[in-house]
Amino acid sequence: MFKRHPATRSTRSRTLLSAALAAVCLGAAGSATAVEFGQVQAEKSTLTFVSKQMGVAVDGKFRKFATTLAFDPAKPTQGSARLDLDMASIDAGSKDANDEVVGKAWFNVKEHPQASFVSTSVKALGGDRYEAAGKLTIKGKVQDVKAPFTFRQDGGNGIFDGYFTLKRLDFAIGDGAWSDTSAVANEVQIKFHVVAAARK
Amino acid sequence: MTPKRYTRTAIGLHWLMALLLIGTFGVGLYMTGLKLSPFKLKIYSWHKWAGVAAFLLVFLRLAWRAGHRPPPLVAGLPRWQEIAAHGLHHLLYLLMIAIPLSGWLMSSAKGFQTVWFGVLPLPDLLAKNAELGDLLQTVHVWLNYGFAALLAAHVAAALKHHVVDRDDTLTRMLPLLEKNR
Ligand code: HEM
Ligand code: HEM
Repeated sequence: MFKRHPATRSTRSRTLLSAALAAVCLGAAGSATAVEFGQVQAEKSTLTFVSKQMGVAVDGKFRKFATTLAFDPAKPTQGSARLDLDMASIDAGSKDANDEVVGKAWFNVKEHPQASFVSTSVKALGGDRYEAAGKLTIKGKVQDVKAPFTFRQDGGNGIFDGYFTLKRLDFAIGDGAWSDTSAVANEVQIKFHVVAAARK
Repeated sequence: MTPKRYTRTAIGLHWLMALLLIGTFGVGLYMTGLKLSPFKLKIYSWHKWAGVAAFLLVFLRLAWRAGHRPPPLVAGLPRWQEIAAHGLHHLLYLLMIAIPLSGWLMSSAKGFQTVWFGVLPLPDLLAKNAELGDLLQTVHVWLNYGFAALLAAHVAAALKHHVVDRDDTLTRMLPLLEKNR
């Protein structure tokens, strides 16, 4: 295996290289073989988060959110995504917590029933890694966020997995007495797992 | 000759744990009625941490007891009192294990891991399961009521021996009374 003849190896890599070049040229020319993933499969996608209470990680999730996206791995920079979250569908880990977080001090769901993320740019980080930058709006407050993600194909589906960390106080999530970060940490990690089929 | 008193270590552990358990019990009763707040999260954590400390101490105490048998009960007790005293002591040990254990399992089932003093994570022996969590909460609460009832009997018996029978039952469990030996 390691003693493969050097000539074989270089021939092989030359073939690979020309194939790659061809792919790039075709891509630039707007080839019909490029696949754009955009048919989001809501029931297979998840939006979860981890908050820290008294140093203990507590898992939560949003049961209802809508994702609109367009992503072609051959043209990642043209990709775009939008997430709309139904804030009332939050599950913060327990009934007590759920009753609490919809209230004024936390998400104030009555006045702000929706939160959203709208991408402004996507860049390739190499390999299967990418990064989406965009605007996150929660409780009427807007912040720039960058979310690294991986993309892989599984049959006809594209699978996006990524995360980012936000500081809840930047959005006034849990203000007043709850701004005490020794009880509930400021950092909250958001994780998304989105499955989208190729558009035909 | 067989000793008539508990060892100093046994006495120390008895009273240290008595303070810790009664304190944890009181905090438990107080905290559940609080409105959700950062303070409530903190006091719940302290309740758990104190309970876990008691859980560790009871094993230390039992290990010490295994190597240093307690003195025989004061002489001349009716048979039923001997049985009641031993039975009660064993039940108290059992509850000193079962109560924190039920608390630990309840926390796991409710999806809140116990991290001792915010530093040492205890493994979650149960996966998150809301119904099981509620069931274990009921178990934790009823074990505590049982504990309160047994403790009342335990304390009443100790005081009765001291005040009515005027025997050495209480003094031999009290610290700093070495001269009574
Ligand atoms: C020996 C030690 C312990 C004692 C004496 C004790 C006692 C109590 C008592 C009296 C209550 C209030 C019950 C009620 O009336 O609602 C309580 C609740 C509770 N205990 Fe403990 N406990 C102990 C250990 C633990 C441990 C080790 C944990 C967790 C690691 C724990 C977790 C809890 C929780 C979460 C509640 C609140 C349940 C609720 O939300 O109503 N306890 N405990
Ligand atoms: C949470 C509180 C308490 C617990 C869990 C507890 C538990 C126990 C246990 C398990 C023993 C048996 C020791 C052994 O033989 O290994 C014992 C002995 C004793 N306890 Fe407590 N106890 C508590 C509080 C008290 C209090 C408040 C008093 C005093 C009024 C008291 C008085 C005694 C006495 C006098 C003995 C010695 C009985 C003898 O002569 O064998 N205890 N206790």
